[in-house]
Amino acid sequence: MNGFFELLFSPDVPFIRNAFFAGILSSVLFGILGSVVTVKRIAGLAGAISHAVLGGIGIALYLSAAGIVPDLSPMVGAIIFALLSAFLIGAVSLKSKQREDTVIQAIWAIGMSIGVLFMAKTPGYTNPSSYLFGNILLISSCDLILLAILDVIVLFLAWRFYPQLEATSFDEEFAAVRGIPTQAVFLIILAVTAVAVVLLQTFVGIVMVIAMLTLPAGTAGYTARNLASMMLLSTLYSLLFSAGGLVVGWSLDLPVGAVVVVLAGLVFLSHAARAALRKKRSNRDPSSS
Amino acid sequence: MIEKSPIALQFTDVSFAYPTLQILENVTFHFHQGEFIALVGPNGSGKTTLLKLILGLEEAQEGTITLMGGSVKTMRPEIGYVPQYATYDPSFPISVIEVVMMGLVDSSRRLKKQEIRNKAIEALKQVELEDLVDRPYSQLSGGQRRRVLVARALVSSPKMLILDEPTANMDKESEARLYSTLERLKGNTTILIVTHDTRFVSDLTDRVFCIDVQHEGSAGRTVVQHALENIEGEDQKRVRHDVEIPADFCAYPRKMPL
Repeated sequence: MNGFFELLFSPDVPFIRNAFFAGILSSVLFGILGSVVTVKRIAGLAGAISHAVLGGIGIALYLSAAGIVPDLSPMVGAIIFALLSAFLIGAVSLKSKQREDTVIQAIWAIGMSIGVLFMAKTPGYTNPSSYLFGNILLISSCDLILLAILDVIVLFLAWRFYPQLEATSFDEEFAAVRGIPTQAVFLIILAVTAVAVVLLQTFVGIVMVIAMLTLPAGTAGYTARNLASMMLLSTLYSLLFSAGGLVVGWSLDLPVGAVVVVLAGLVFLSHAARAALRKKRSNRDPSSS
Repeated sequence: MIEKSPIALQFTDVSFAYPTLQILENVTFHFHQGEFIALVGPNGSGKTTLLKLILGLEEAQEGTITLMGGSVKTMRPEIGYVPQYATYDPSFPISVIEVVMMGLVDSSRRLKKQEIRNKAIEALKQVELEDLVDRPYSQLSGGQRRRVLVARALVSSPKMLILDEPTANMDKESEARLYSTLERLKGNTTILIVTHDTRFVSDLTDRVFCIDVQHEGSAGRTVVQHALENIEGEDQKRVRHDVEIPADFCAYPRKMPL
């Protein structure tokens, strides 16, 4: 453990420090956006967007390596794909509820398949697992700056439009009657989540980013009194899981992203089990409640 | 006095259809500010669609809807709406007062928290739930939750209160408390209750509109007005389906010759 903290401040291994700060900055997004995704019950939609971004990453890698668009960053491709899929999923969700499931699953699978196909044809070696499961070696200072910028934007939006966000999440029809543009709010949430997913995947990977958008928020939901405290608690849980995952992953030579998600999953399951036991006990003995 | 008060809601030749289904056709009716109105019709008759038109959540393809002298979109903030609330997520973390404060939210403004909290407490007093201010909303009974939603609708001091199936799954005590709240509001606030019970309505009701009539040659349904009959010793009125009054006629029962 001491070795880890020495490394954290060592100028020779900046990637550990980058990963640590990425964990801190990611926690804000996991906490705030995760709470919104959880209470609005759009985790499936966010999952589809997060997986579809592999298509954009694959195309960008291919275009760059083949010299068609030299130096094209995979992140640019990912953001374009994420926003496209967010818009498509949002439109289908709003306009064609009956086909929502099919379209979302299709975007999920097609996006990933396109990514795999382009990576296979990309000159040189491309390892998709770095994108799928995260790789702390890939976190750059530029990623940290982008994460920090998105943190500020998300914090501002959550503070400024908290009443509108709470109302649309709790009762969309009532919010619409009060004049809130609920469809626009929904599309903005999807678009911000899409961009966040792209930035967050460097830390935990595409496959596991959705787990971190739901597990800390789900855990916080057991004790939070309102949406704001859910966001705060969820951010703290994310911080704990990210730092814990980094320490454990580094110390035991395990993939950090996977350790972070396993930690988050264990804590969520223990809260869920405790809540289920408490409910069972109060059903058996109504006088105790 | 009610007859001379301004018109609260007016439908004129309104028709509405979904892409493959005509729902409403040539709907014309109106009621005045301060009236207590019941809109009844069996499930699937088009009540929800009519409600969505009044709330501005759908737009009519034909005809005009005037709300308190203006368009639905501009006058909508004057409506306090209590939804039926068939779907409620018990895992949503929110307290009673926060639900009520939601009734003052608008498209972008941030109001002073203490100010809206005071208004929300006043609204909770109106529905006799001021003791439950900080209680988690999920811990309330179904009837209490419905009364909280009434408080949420009242917090903005609306000119018109619309309640969708207000007593569905409600216990007798909550139902009695709800109607005593509505009785206090009657006269000052226009009240529209939408219900699927086509036989009886509350004895507070001034007029009843039914949405179960499909005229010959029409694909959609229209709205008619029926007479109401007092039942001695009961807090309900019987809907006289055998006595039809033109939907746009509003002097009944005081001037309508039987």
